[in-house]
Amino acid sequence: MNLNLFVWRQKGPNEPGKLEEIKAIDVSPDMSFLEMLDEVNERLVHQGKDPIAFDHDCREGICGTCSQVINGVPHGPQEKTTTCQLHMRKFKDGDSIYIEPWRAKAFPLVKDLIVDRSALDRIIQAGGYTSAHTGGAPDGNAILIPKPCADRAMDAAECIGCGACVAACPNGSAMLFTAAKVSQLAYLPQGKPEAARRACVMTDAMVQEGFGNCSNHYECEAACPKGIKVSFIAKLNREVLKARCESI
Amino acid sequence: MIIDGKCPTGPLAERWDKYRREMKLVNPANKRKYKIIVVGTGLAGASAAASLGEMGYQVDSFCYQDSPRRAHSIAAQGGINAAKNYQNDGDSVYRLFYDTIKGGDFRSRESNVYRLAQISNSIIDQCVAQGVPFARDYAGYLDNRSFGGAQVSRTFYARGQTGQQLLLGAYSALSRQIKAGTVRLHTRSEMLDLVVVDGEAKGITVRDLVTGEISSYAADAVCLCTGGYVNVYYLSTNAQGCSVTATFRAYKKGAYFANPCYTQIHPTCIPVTGEHQSKLTLMSESLRNDGRVWVPLRKGDRRPPNEIVEGERDYYLERKYPSFGNLAPRDISSRAAKEVCDERRGVGPTGFGVYLDFKDAIDRLGEDTVRQRYGNLFEMYERITDENGYKQPMRIYPALHYAMGGLWVDYNLESNLKGLFVLGEANFSDHGANRLGASALMQGLADGYFVIPYTIGNYLAQIKPGAVTSDHVAFAESRENVNVVTKKLLGINGRKTPKEFHRQLGKIMWENVGMARSEASLKRALELIPVLRDEFWQNVRVVGNGSELNQELERAGRVADFLEFAELLTRDALHRNESCGGHFRVEHQMSDGEARRDDDNYSYVAAWGYQGAETVPELHKEPLVFENVHLGIRSYK
Ligand SMILES: Cc1cc2nc3c(=O)[nH]c(=O)nc-3n(C[C@H](O)[C@H](O)[C@H](O)COP(=O)(O)OP(=O)(O)OC[C@H]3O[C@@H](n4cnc5c(N)ncnc54)[C@H](O)[C@@H]3O)c2cc1C
Ligand code: FES
Repeated sequence: MNLNLFVWRQKGPNEPGKLEEIKAIDVSPDMSFLEMLDEVNERLVHQGKDPIAFDHDCREGICGTCSQVINGVPHGPQEKTTTCQLHMRKFKDGDSIYIEPWRAKAFPLVKDLIVDRSALDRIIQAGGYTSAHTGGAPDGNAILIPKPCADRAMDAAECIGCGACVAACPNGSAMLFTAAKVSQLAYLPQGKPEAARRACVMTDAMVQEGFGNCSNHYECEAACPKGIKVSFIAKLNREVLKARCESI
Repeated sequence: MIIDGKCPTGPLAERWDKYRREMKLVNPANKRKYKIIVVGTGLAGASAAASLGEMGYQVDSFCYQDSPRRAHSIAAQGGINAAKNYQNDGDSVYRLFYDTIKGGDFRSRESNVYRLAQISNSIIDQCVAQGVPFARDYAGYLDNRSFGGAQVSRTFYARGQTGQQLLLGAYSALSRQIKAGTVRLHTRSEMLDLVVVDGEAKGITVRDLVTGEISSYAADAVCLCTGGYVNVYYLSTNAQGCSVTATFRAYKKGAYFANPCYTQIHPTCIPVTGEHQSKLTLMSESLRNDGRVWVPLRKGDRRPPNEIVEGERDYYLERKYPSFGNLAPRDISSRAAKEVCDERRGVGPTGFGVYLDFKDAIDRLGEDTVRQRYGNLFEMYERITDENGYKQPMRIYPALHYAMGGLWVDYNLESNLKGLFVLGEANFSDHGANRLGASALMQGLADGYFVIPYTIGNYLAQIKPGAVTSDHVAFAESRENVNVVTKKLLGINGRKTPKEFHRQLGKIMWENVGMARSEASLKRALELIPVLRDEFWQNVRVVGNGSELNQELERAGRVADFLEFAELLTRDALHRNESCGGHFRVEHQMSDGEARRDDDNYSYVAAWGYQGAETVPELHKEPLVFENVHLGIRSYK
């Protein structure tokens, strides 16, 4: 099939950007979306043109590197599927496809479809851990963890840190991302001692990085390739409230 | 030359304790005077950087991705081994040690593997303390599953995302140290050279992948934790950015490269669909517990699977290996699949695939049970192939997966170049000629959390901190070398893209240096690779320039290294005139197709030393001594 792509092209953060029309020809339905872009890029290179810059690595939906807004939706039309796992059979001959980068105040653009998501790392650095130092841990079965807690922690821990939730949110909020980490550790006994502090410093860091707040649009959950639930945001709010009350 | 692995002597079980008793220590107040570079943020790199930072050293951590959390360890699915014996099924440190040595086809060091098995238990404890949500049973205890190559249940897991959860644990520990200021993080930075001063590793040169700036960092020691090299085959289960660049450039600076021909092929991957294919996706081996592998009996039979009746099918694994059947080890299953496809009995559009059929399991257990066990894998399969594995058999084919070979290291994880330490998949040390499932995660974290904190201290205690700084002339030379290569790549302006060269190299490697290697095929590869390499340097087209984000340039640099490294790998495969583990020479097999080792002549580590671009590398040997295990035939019958 043949497609009309409209791709966001921008040389750098301080350059003007625009949607450029590029044809994708002879696209096989078995290709992944990124393989389709690979072929487009190969043609551009043969023509001596600058290929489209985009982020990707594992191409199996787990590293969270790929990050494209496809036809207005972060990671495109298929539910719970990252850009790299999306396949061209979801499109048909003659389709126009709009491809844009994540857009959010806290994600400055680097080039074309690549943005800087280091703000997410800094939220984790603020407190997304237990302060367990190497070598001092008791036996893994010394503290029993009820299966429902372990399962819920795992549900939250599935986050791949891609930032689709931020790109989908009208407020550019990283609440779902932050909530997932805070919840994971709050459900586990190992995370409890620092739970209150963690919830506060991570939300503070989120605000400082320029992410917006949550006003219950639920766009984040809809865009999340791992189906992380907004109920974790409620958990985060509860953790923060509890912490702030306790510190009064 | 004979090289020494520097293993402690004495009873096997006491060697690591003895080492730790006798090693030299750096005084706590002096630790902050030492600088350590850690390249890579996978399980090995993140755990090392976090632990060393915590101890008080000044650490610089590098990765090519935009975040440390994206290292390819994230993709590991199955699990991590440890000798906890929580299941009371007869596991022990010795048994894990023995299984690993045997699984590696008796081509690894006893001392290293024993230490690995000893440390395995602490890893689980450490990860639990970090909040890794391992699977638990209803009583709240840690759960285990079984994995290939072992008769005990010792694999810990977190759904189908064990690698992700372990890496996020290590990443969080790393993040804590970044916040504390002991670790400086450099993302989107690619190491392009190792700086060596008077035979000791003293720093690295990196390219900032956003600005293109080339800069150098000096340190008292360098740890390479840069993962495996199987992307030399173009298609593999590795991430797009995985390369041999960091280790190969260290090799060119004098570090020995050990056993490059030991590569592992995984039998259950989704088959290639066409030229556009950019990577292969692994599907957990656990599927073979309930799926039956078959192809049509008749050559060129293109009928859909449901029209091929029972008597016209060949369940070749069950036929050839009656007692192990569909659970035959990775290398044997992979080769068997290749054989039937080469006989033109393969299935699917390309003919390079075999069926993995769940019909009998569904009849026996019901679709719901099968869904409970493997639902996520069936979904993943459908997303990629658009086929429903419950309704028609899946198609699978083997793919390159893991590199057992890597930079040579001694018991300290130190290379022959002093001050250069190599951890995780990037080193060669623990898996011999074949790695067992769930053992790579164990090794990466053992190296990073529990080995390097000791062994690097022993080294640092014997040198003065900050003896070499980045104004030493070796750093300027290193940057200049990197710049020369970049300029050269950008200046050729030929007609083929780096990707086209990479794909072509992959074909040569897969066809000639893949699952079944022969003297003739290896010699053919040794003719084809240099021709392709020459063409690359005359005809590659790299658009853009060096002082910007340029993914074509990144790829070109990696492909250039693969084009040289491929030759080293092939040379090693040709020299190793035996079959062992993942290295299968068709000339050396038993009547049943098992690998035939030659212990009299090849029971050694082959460590290659670079001698210049036009010269054959020098072979150094480290003899493997087995005092505690008997070298048996690796039979899984
Ligand atoms: C699909 C898949 C499934 C697997 N499943 C399992 C399993 O179930 N159990 C198991 O035990 N093992 C499994 N493995 C193997 C295991 O995941 C890996 O061997 C292991 O994670 C490697 O860890 P590492 O830290 O050595 O390297 P990696 O995680 O690959 O990390 C390499 C790091 O080095 C950096 N790097 C590389 N080159 C450079 C450079 N030039 N400059 C700067 N930085 C660089 C990268 O940025 C990255 O941070 C699996 C592997 C794959 C591919
Ligand atoms: S490239 Fe890793 S999730 Fe898409």
